[in-house]
Amino acid sequence: MQAELISKEGTQEYFVNMGPQHPSTHGVLRLLLTLDGEIIRKVEPHIGYVHRSIEKMAEFDTYKQIVHLTDRLDYLSAHMNNEAVALLVENALQIEVSDRVKVIRTIMNELTRLGSHQLWWGVIGMDMGAITTFLYAFRDRELINDIMEETTGARLTMNYNTPGGLMFDLHHNFQKQVKDYLKFFKTKLPEYDQLLSGNVIFTERTKGVGKLSLADAISYGVTGPSGRASGFSCDVRKTQPYSAYDRVKFNEILMVEGDSFARYQSRVNEMWESISIIEQLIDNIPEGPIMAPMKAVVKLPKGEFYQRVETARGEFGVYVVSDGNKTPYRVKFRSPGFSNLSVLDHISRGHKIADLVAIMSTLDLVIPDIDR
Amino acid sequence: MNSIIKYLKGISQGLNTLWSGMKVTGYYFFNARKEIITVQYPDNKDTLKIPERFRGRVIMVHDQNNEHACNGCTMCEMACPNGSIKVITDKVLDPNTGKSVRIIDQHVYYFSMCTLCNLCVQACPSDALAMDGSYENAVFNREELTFVLNLPGSKIRDNVKD
Ligand code: SF4
Ligand code: SF4
Repeated sequence: MQAELISKEGTQEYFVNMGPQHPSTHGVLRLLLTLDGEIIRKVEPHIGYVHRSIEKMAEFDTYKQIVHLTDRLDYLSAHMNNEAVALLVENALQIEVSDRVKVIRTIMNELTRLGSHQLWWGVIGMDMGAITTFLYAFRDRELINDIMEETTGARLTMNYNTPGGLMFDLHHNFQKQVKDYLKFFKTKLPEYDQLLSGNVIFTERTKGVGKLSLADAISYGVTGPSGRASGFSCDVRKTQPYSAYDRVKFNEILMVEGDSFARYQSRVNEMWESISIIEQLIDNIPEGPIMAPMKAVVKLPKGEFYQRVETARGEFGVYVVSDGNKTPYRVKFRSPGFSNLSVLDHISRGHKIADLVAIMSTLDLVIPDIDR
Repeated sequence: MNSIIKYLKGISQGLNTLWSGMKVTGYYFFNARKEIITVQYPDNKDTLKIPERFRGRVIMVHDQNNEHACNGCTMCEMACPNGSIKVITDKVLDPNTGKSVRIIDQHVYYFSMCTLCNLCVQACPSDALAMDGSYENAVFNREELTFVLNLPGSKIRDNVKD
């Protein structure tokens, strides 16, 4: 045993546990690193610390009730997750929601995406040792939370979409608030570049680190900004437009480098796209009912259903097997974080431990999304 | 020679980016007064405006006569995904008609199991429930999180639909 561990050069491989692993931290992930000196030979993620068996719980809930469980997957994309379940039910029952609902959902999605990317931007700075970015990002995200709070009544677990429409109508302040916010944030987003994007320490630590090739991105199913940084055109908003995405113009941010810096850049650029999508829609929200006529008890026909949406982290899918009852027979969530985590071992081999922090941050993992 | 040039270049580049970052932080350092970003939490309690839709806790709406609109239909109990509501009903004889009618005895609400999803408020046919904007809900004892939502001595408002 001892002899096996000693490699040819006479060095010995050893193990280190890494990652926030304390019951009170929000994302508990343990990485078992096999190291040779400072070089990573293998990364073995151990997950399941925040497993709440949400898929099993969903089997006992009606379709309206499942929506609020999806808030607790990727809590930064709560709105998109809600929408996935709502769209699934609407498509299965062939309910047509009004244009108003579609446009509001799209605006809310993009606001959520902005907020999520802002938080990620703050955290990546902090992971790399720059506290300032964290404070600046939270300053900007706080205002989005306030807008959300006014309309949906909650800051994080919004539960705003329901099958057939929305929980509440927009707050009468909403349009003005969002427009003010975009005006404000457009002056702040260039600061993000000044603070971090051009910083020599930051670029040195991210450029060329954790290169993910296009073929690997496809075979591991890495989606979202992380996949698009490798050139994988996987934006569900483009490939299978839902809600109002077919009536807005926006670019899918595609990069070729596939390293940590490209993943960083693709998210920052995506914020500009989100701003432009909201700007196209905010002035012409059509009138209409916020709820399509629905039966009191929603029952899906027998069969299998799948619905995908683009969250801030990639493709989120809901797969439902229905046996015709008011609760599903089986539910499976395809969470983007899980697939993105699976590539971690592959792209961090041969790098130093410090690089692993950069790789993990740029993959933008949300642990409750992985564990479910 | 090449490596020295690279070294010096690195230093100047580093100073450059340091400067561009410091410009941003410096701006906020000198303009902090105009743009207050963080506030000490309890200090702004008086001026704090909680949005009316904020979901802090489920309450039952009572009017000034201590009357509510709940007829004990248990729709909220069925809508709740977490079993946080238990409606205990009672049967009383209506003195006017002589028929027995259903009234609520206790509307028990387990706040500790509530995810504040708003489904019960939406499900209630007589709008008896609402969300209030309380946010300081931490207590020392788990038992303190169980509430009876209908106030003591309250009764159902007249002409509430059954
Ligand atoms: S808010 Fe949701 S979890 Fe809480 S009591 Fe109402 S239905 Fe149940
Ligand atoms: S609160 Fe509303 S839904 Fe619940 S029992 Fe009373 S009337 Fe029915």
